[in-house]
Amino acid sequence: MTVTRAGRPASNATRAGAPPGPVAAAVRPVRRGDLEPIVALDARVTGLEKRDYWAALYRRYGASLRAERQFLVAEAGGRVVGFVIGEVRDWEFGAPPCGWVFAIDVHPEARLAGTGTRLLDAICAGFRRAGVSKVRTMLSRDNNLVLSFFRSQGMMTGPFIPLEMDLDAGDGRPDAGTAR
Amino acid sequence: MKLQKNTRLALYSVLEFATDPTRHISAAEIAEKYEVSPHHLAKVLSELARAGLVESVRGVGGGYRFAGNARRLTLMDVIEMFEEFAAPGDDRRESGERTPVGQALGAVLSEIDEIAKATFRSITLATMLRLLERQQRGQALSRAPDRARNGVKVKAP
Repeated sequence: MTVTRAGRPASNATRAGAPPGPVAAAVRPVRRGDLEPIVALDARVTGLEKRDYWAALYRRYGASLRAERQFLVAEAGGRVVGFVIGEVRDWEFGAPPCGWVFAIDVHPEARLAGTGTRLLDAICAGFRRAGVSKVRTMLSRDNNLVLSFFRSQGMMTGPFIPLEMDLDAGDGRPDAGTAR
Repeated sequence: MKLQKNTRLALYSVLEFATDPTRHISAAEIAEKYEVSPHHLAKVLSELARAGLVESVRGVGGGYRFAGNARRLTLMDVIEMFEEFAAPGDDRRESGERTPVGQALGAVLSEIDEIAKATFRSITLATMLRLLERQQRGQALSRAPDRARNGVKVKAP
């Protein structure tokens, strides 16, 4: 899960050019040439450059002809100012097929212009075409910016509870060593 | 997390005011709608006014009106005005909290509190108003078949 848009300061090492002020963006499927600005945008927002990761995502979602996988970008003034990635997952944790949004990001200077809403609307339209009627996502509870965005779009807490544990802390588990 | 009466009153009030920021609403109107004492509500409203979230309008047709930014103000902003959250390392402890069982229970309760706080922080008044609108639309739609059956003309929302 890579829902981003956390407002971390820009790194000088990144190559994300600041787009012109907020203008209405158009949403379209990603192209190979979009990878560079996407890597830069993600690096600017998260502070980490993950070139291989984005290339792999492009191969899996961008180059896919399957309607269930979507990688969309928002373009304004000839520049990529945002992206969204998601897919339809079938019977995950016993749930009927639904759309999952696992990455969304908008360039800090292009925010407050409805770009995130357009990206989410577009991917939801794709999910509907793929035959599902539910969309889900998951993100850190500290990521207030994106949490507020999804809330403003009408998303609410779903029926699942995310759980985790440290794998190197096996001895501390309540039932460590208990045969099941 | 259980909200105190004043906190709930504050949330009811700011949401009433934010629904139509141009409208002046009297404390008596809100008190009647939510079945609370006007005297009790007045204290809450004066606290909200002190924080700049509402402003009082004097004279005929006076009352209070919304003075905040509904797209920026979160439920947590209002809640924090009336609730006291224990900071990490707070020395005020309940009996039994230092025991192993108390500490394990504390970890679970703190997990629940953190989720509740994150939820309150992520919901702006504007989001709440949209939620309210959706609920009302849903209720109107669910009532529509009955009204249609009874021969009442239903106007789409």
